[in-house]
Amino acid sequence: MNEQLANSLRNQPDEHGKFGIHGGRFVAETLMPLILQVEAAWKESKTDPEFAAEMEYYRKHYIGRPSPLFFAKRLTEYFGGAKLYMKRDELNHTGAHKINNVLGQALLAKRMGKTKIIAETGAGQHGVASATACALFGMECEVFMGAEDVERQKPNVDRMRLLGAKVHPVTSGTGTLKDAMNEALRYWVTNAETHFYIIGTAAGPHPYPAMVRDFQSVIGVEAKAQLHEAEGRLPDAIVACIGGGSNALGLFHPFLDDKDVAIYGVEAAGHGIETGEHAASLNGGRPGILHGNRTYLLQDDEGQIKDAYSISAGLDYPGIGPEHSWLHEIGRVNYVSATDQEALEYFALCSRLEGIIPALEPAHAIAFIATMIGDMDKDQIVVMNMCGRGDKDLGAVLPILEKQGKL
Amino acid sequence: MALDRIETCFATCKAEQRAALGIFVSAGDPDLATSTELLLGLPEAGADFVELGMPFSDPMADGPVIQAASLRAIKAGITLDKVLNMASQFRAKHPHVPLILMGYFNPIYIYGVDRFLDAATDAGVDGLIMVDLPPEEDTELCVSATNKGMAFIRLITPTTDDKRMPVVVKNASGFVYYVSITGITGSGRASADSIANAMTHIRGFTDLPAVVGFGIKHPDHVREAGQHADGVVVGSAVVSIIADNLGDDGTPASDTAEKAFALVRDLKTGTSR
Repeated sequence: MNEQLANSLRNQPDEHGKFGIHGGRFVAETLMPLILQVEAAWKESKTDPEFAAEMEYYRKHYIGRPSPLFFAKRLTEYFGGAKLYMKRDELNHTGAHKINNVLGQALLAKRMGKTKIIAETGAGQHGVASATACALFGMECEVFMGAEDVERQKPNVDRMRLLGAKVHPVTSGTGTLKDAMNEALRYWVTNAETHFYIIGTAAGPHPYPAMVRDFQSVIGVEAKAQLHEAEGRLPDAIVACIGGGSNALGLFHPFLDDKDVAIYGVEAAGHGIETGEHAASLNGGRPGILHGNRTYLLQDDEGQIKDAYSISAGLDYPGIGPEHSWLHEIGRVNYVSATDQEALEYFALCSRLEGIIPALEPAHAIAFIATMIGDMDKDQIVVMNMCGRGDKDLGAVLPILEKQGKL
Repeated sequence: MALDRIETCFATCKAEQRAALGIFVSAGDPDLATSTELLLGLPEAGADFVELGMPFSDPMADGPVIQAASLRAIKAGITLDKVLNMASQFRAKHPHVPLILMGYFNPIYIYGVDRFLDAATDAGVDGLIMVDLPPEEDTELCVSATNKGMAFIRLITPTTDDKRMPVVVKNASGFVYYVSITGITGSGRASADSIANAMTHIRGFTDLPAVVGFGIKHPDHVREAGQHADGVVVGSAVVSIIADNLGDDGTPASDTAEKAFALVRDLKTGTSR
């Protein structure tokens, strides 16, 4: 191994699927042979030019990539500091970054001869993306979604049904993303030999965290090239919101070795980290084992998992992808947070100033940017990932904004 | 010591030409007193060995019955220290009956692996079944447990093929547990033929006793599986009795444990070959 490679932060995980102490394969024996098959197929696909060509075709003609890198002029003027660029992944087909990963995994499933797909979903974006890919490739799709999320994200439930997916409302636990993932895993244990599980975030047993990251890295690769074209240089800071953390890793990963680029991951602080009602695993949790990997988790002193809380269904998860836990421990990425209320304010502001209705998830990223960008020099550059559009959130957000007199 | 109890148990059952009957209960369900009464009475009712579940909030391989039991126990305040205390009481009353702790890794990880193994050894626990620790993660707990003389009981499933079987049995000790269906606890049941084939398959790879679990609810099921396996395990059917005997306020009927013992006595009739 040459020195450059040895020093790179971009060649994780190790052969055991570990990022430092995080990651791994903590699953029931029933699933192990399947996970090993997925890993083998994924490794093969990485060196197969045909697979790369197929990915490229669907990225361009179906997702609509590359997504634009947009200079947010009015928000930049409003904040009065560094220039703000938005990576417009909300313009992807299905309205979020999730499709980048889903298409990759669906093509992998196809390659493995699987025609039945399992997916879990929180905000519904991953469920919609999975249902979409299944329609495209003629596959069956079973989506597990917390019953509470089925309520607060009804438009996405309707989209999934229209696309031909079967939506299973999950009532166990608190009926949110964590419980949906438990049920999806149980369904997979029961249907291990026939089904492929498309995990929606960069978490779960190895190889999922690395595989999802690789499929999402197109975000950062494009952003880097686009900013180079627009400004002839690297950004000073990049920012993304984090639930499980797939959109963030997609943006961050290509920049990890660029030491002068500051990286910020924004967790959901819900009602405030001090209240205990939040979804900030790194800022308010500690390492443990759940859903196939070791990572930072919200849990009590007995190792029982606590319920996460966020107004954003997509961030409402008590864990985080294991690579983030590692990047947190080595200090490469700064993990910060934004509350519900802060996210709501920038949800409204971004809509008014840029004509872009952000999803509640990236609204958290803008809320954090608001706390730091004004102190930066005007010739500096911040890139944020606009990872989803806010149409799905109107039902939850509008009554609150009306009540607060912000409409 | 721990391995002796397990070996003796299976040797005795074999000599008596019957399958060993293992009963699973979830510690602290629905409350500590009822759960302790149930645990301590299982050997008299006919259990040859006992699996005591360590409740976890997110049991990803368990069906609705064990999920609900875990949540009831957590709500009633079960902790790992209390589970270990139940184990100590069991060992004091039953010096020879194997006691296995079964669960998920996180509570042990948070408790501290070495601290847990010391406490479990002191409590007289004979072995561990960890649902989410496959051989790939043996350095987490299996190696230390085995070094302390604690049996590490491996789960083998219908998806465990010839290529994987040597990996699975490599660090196994005590006995191996055949999960007879690809599914969660308390769901469907495997056919007698598939169990017979699986036992032949497993015995080609290990000399350890092999028990069958998942989906076994009636004496007939025990009889069918027990023809081929060295032991059978019943869990959800016993745990269901607790759920069925809860009042509206969540307190169990006073004869809950007795009803569970009646089922165990009934199941026992299926063990003779």
